Amino acid sequence: MPPALSIRNLTKTYASGFTALKGVDLEVQPGEIFALLGPNGAGKTTLIGIVCGVVNASGGEVRVDGHEIVADYRKTRSIIGLVPQDVSLDAFESVWATVSFSRGLFGKGKDAAHVEKVLRALSLWDKKDEKVINLSGGMKRRVMIAKALAHEPKLLFLDEPTAGVDVELRRDMWEMVRGLRATGVTIILTTHYIEEAEEMADRIGVISKGEIILVEDKTALMQRFGRKKLELELAEPLAALPAGLAARGLEIADSGRRLVYSYDTQGERTGITALLAELSSAGIRFRDLETRQSSLEDIFVDLVRERA
Amino acid sequence: MNFHAVKAIYTFEMARTFRTIMQSVISPVVSTSLYFVVFGAAIGSRIETIDGVSYGAFIVPGLIMMSLLTLSISNASFGIYFPKFTGTIYEVLSAPISHFEIVLAYVGAAATKSMMIGLVILATAAFFVDLEIRYPLVMVLFLVLTSVSFSLFGFIIGIWADGFEKLQIIPLLIVMPLAFLGGTFYSLDMLPPVWQTISLANPVVYLVSGFRWSFIGTSDVSVWVSLTMTLVFLAVCLAVVNWMFRTGYRLKK
Repeated sequence: MPPALSIRNLTKTYASGFTALKGVDLEVQPGEIFALLGPNGAGKTTLIGIVCGVVNASGGEVRVDGHEIVADYRKTRSIIGLVPQDVSLDAFESVWATVSFSRGLFGKGKDAAHVEKVLRALSLWDKKDEKVINLSGGMKRRVMIAKALAHEPKLLFLDEPTAGVDVELRRDMWEMVRGLRATGVTIILTTHYIEEAEEMADRIGVISKGEIILVEDKTALMQRFGRKKLELELAEPLAALPAGLAARGLEIADSGRRLVYSYDTQGERTGITALLAELSSAGIRFRDLETRQSSLEDIFVDLVRERA
Repeated sequence: MNFHAVKAIYTFEMARTFRTIMQSVISPVVSTSLYFVVFGAAIGSRIETIDGVSYGAFIVPGLIMMSLLTLSISNASFGIYFPKFTGTIYEVLSAPISHFEIVLAYVGAAATKSMMIGLVILATAAFFVDLEIRYPLVMVLFLVLTSVSFSLFGFIIGIWADGFEKLQIIPLLIVMPLAFLGGTFYSLDMLPPVWQTISLANPVVYLVSGFRWSFIGTSDVSVWVSLTMTLVFLAVCLAVVNWMFRTGYRLKK
């Protein structure tokens, strides 16, 4: 089975001279959820725009399900669904009409049952006759997704799908994305919310200044770059660390009420046992302890900072 | 051929017209009636027959042609400009639809609307003057060719425009004056010789002349010249639209 998306040496230089993509290579396998992370202006939206036909590439090759996107545009575009970053809808159309329009536009005949299924899945069914202009921001975003799903795409692009939406809607969307993946749809999402990628993605790509700087399985990435922190809540505040403990890289936090110890999860020894023994012998007692894994956000910030 | 896509865009564009059907129909009926009252009755009563027909009947083809030009341009330019303005153009650009199919759907809808209004104006005119159409098939041919050509021209303006002001500039500053100076209300014979020659540089002269020939059987220029000029204009518009899509001019980044 060919990759759902295959990108080779993709470049894009805008008329202004700005180079948005500098030889990007990327492969996304069928059925996976791939998160593309990157700061503003990194090239995420340009990359998606080229694959979907909204932006002309300057060089390179893009294949969707084995088909080249320019020569075989009818085939590739009919299997792609795009939810762009900005909400752009025909304000005076009804929800039903605008979703049905999208289905027709992508070459599919009328199918009231499918449109109903999509609207119900996105909690839009009771708004089907409502004009778009009367919907809330969150509902409009759902309509954007419904339009992208109207023609039953196999590859779905979600460009910042939950930007500016409330927590409840975000959770609903995550649920919907998982549901789509269960039906075999490949999903590529860009997001600023690292939590979103951490929650949903199978693999993560990091793009910075038009270059893919890393593509890795999410779990492996977390393990490779992940550091853990052991936080000890002290029984009594500590003004300064005893001389022997200062060398262990301990930090005093919360006005001396907490001690923070960072360690590498991949290391042979974490040093926790020795640390606790030394604390005990130094007469430092603690009430509670907890460990915390570094978030994907920490990893992402570190990666981009390293490249800067 | 992606028939579903062409149908979806065409139906969508036509639905917009039917939502404002009263405005779409009543407006041209009122303005045509006013032209007949002012030019046909008030001024026309002091003018003898032109080319063997009453002045009222003489101006009918010109009035229809003038409306066709302006409506075709405004329908088509708005049809493609509005999705650009609202951002919904992304959907058309990312759909499995060829450039030809996009043009067919948008221009087809715009031309259909202007032809409908052209026929409404014709029906309105029949209330004011005795109309005779000598060559109905030629009339239909000019009606279709003009609507399609100027819808294409409007489509070009809609792609070119990056603001509502630009959308209005060419229809107001170029098309409207050319329509008024294109023999809508007079025969070129009525002008001094030098102005007759200058008028031949106005493309609208050929449209009005050819269209008028289908009504009364006489014209300022040969009907074949009119037809040729109309086809040349159509070909030029097609070439420009083709270039715009090939390069992505003001459509794709």
